[in-house]
Amino acid sequence: MQRYSLPHLIRRGLRGQRGWTRAWRKAAPKPSYDVVIVGGGGHGLATAYYLAKLHGVRNVAVLERGWLGGGNVGRNTAIVRSNYLWDASAHIYEFSLQLWEGLSRELNYNVMFSQRGVLNLGHSAHDMHGLARRVGANKLNGIDAELLSTEQIARLVPILDTSAAARYPILGGTLQRRGGVARHDAVAWGYARAADALGVDIVEGCEVTGIRAAAGRVAALETTRGEIRAGKVGLVVAGNASVLAAMAGLRLPIQSHPLQALVTEPLKPVLDPVVMSSAVHVYVSQTDRGELVLGAGIDAPTSYDLRGSFRVIEHTLAATVELFPIFSRVRMLRQWAGTVDVCPDASPIIGPTPMEGLFVNCGWGTGGFKATPGSGWVFAHTLAHGQPHPLNAPFGLDRFAAGALIDEHGAAAVAH
Amino acid sequence: MLQIPCPWCGPREDAEFDFGGEADIQRPADPDALDDAAWADYLFMRVNRRGVQREQWVHTAGCRRWFVVERDTVTNEILQASTMGRRP
Repeated sequence: MQRYSLPHLIRRGLRGQRGWTRAWRKAAPKPSYDVVIVGGGGHGLATAYYLAKLHGVRNVAVLERGWLGGGNVGRNTAIVRSNYLWDASAHIYEFSLQLWEGLSRELNYNVMFSQRGVLNLGHSAHDMHGLARRVGANKLNGIDAELLSTEQIARLVPILDTSAAARYPILGGTLQRRGGVARHDAVAWGYARAADALGVDIVEGCEVTGIRAAAGRVAALETTRGEIRAGKVGLVVAGNASVLAAMAGLRLPIQSHPLQALVTEPLKPVLDPVVMSSAVHVYVSQTDRGELVLGAGIDAPTSYDLRGSFRVIEHTLAATVELFPIFSRVRMLRQWAGTVDVCPDASPIIGPTPMEGLFVNCGWGTGGFKATPGSGWVFAHTLAHGQPHPLNAPFGLDRFAAGALIDEHGAAAVAH
Repeated sequence: MLQIPCPWCGPREDAEFDFGGEADIQRPADPDALDDAAWADYLFMRVNRRGVQREQWVHTAGCRRWFVVERDTVTNEILQASTMGRRP
């Protein structure tokens, strides 16, 4: 791997920027691997990286149907935080946040992780009770959390309408200062480059069309680029988890919905932290280029249409303009959607399946991006050892029969 | 924006309706006879079909009746709508 550094950049500059090499090889699939990861998104690439780096498993392929980073890793609103209510979630998201804090150095790739703080607003006495409870739970789990008054919020984000007459009055909020945003494409590219350097084959344009088992154990994957034998298989996909699981005869507790996001024209710096409001389902941040990134809610009907309905955007933008009157004349540049796989308890599924050798890491719903490093780390451990790490043990597929759901609907800061 | 053909009221925009998930999921006749896995399958596991899906809708802001729609979940094309209780 060509190591990126300032002297390296200067040397290349003096030579007219010639001699840069590809960040990762265009690998063709080999007939057989120890581990095959299906899905070249952030979680899949992180899994492959930690498998090779920490567990010495290097005969690994990552199969991606489209192009690398074209799925939800490049479609989210790039928010990173760990202020979840329940212990199981708090532990895995906080572990992930700690990995984020060293990720650019770890990967030798600037993922532009910016800890500008994540502010969650409360609009009612009920909201404030919930936020105070969550701050208490976060502190017990060693996660930084502060309860802010309306006056403190007005100083932190002067452009918010904090007047008593506001359509959505702001009674207070919570702030996680270590939360922030990261450049999501760079996360995929950085993990791909680092995994490739350790020998992982990243195979783009390779769609899995079938899962073949022998004696109850996963044996091979049928793909558009031929059959690939595999010792173990990890399904790390979003938007098609149920479709892939069905190839192995499995049913998952997942429903797929469109989730939309938008970007505005660039503005002068006007918004420092990420601002989220669960009650009106708004989340907004400003990029380093000055664009506002806004996220909407999911469309209620299940769909794979990658579009979403106009009504949902209208709802989000109406609420955004009530909260930030200054944004009323900002023009939107782009709108897009991703397909999110939502579990009944809004928590992911990370662990083994009834088919031996077949593992899943899916169902991250609307909030998987922030978990990318931690998710890859625990799933690599799960694949290498054949059983989950204590951090992901509560997130097994078996929790639905056991009844041990991790209900993060409304319990987290919601609005991912 | 979808246009949903309510079997009683005719085509209306989807703002009038609420989505009720996959159709044809029957509550087990004798829940006590089920083990935990079978009960979890009924409660939580879904086909989540990519393609033509039979699904339930309720005309919340209209006649308030439930019915079944066949919709392609990739293109959002609605093939037909029918009253409850008619199984394919």
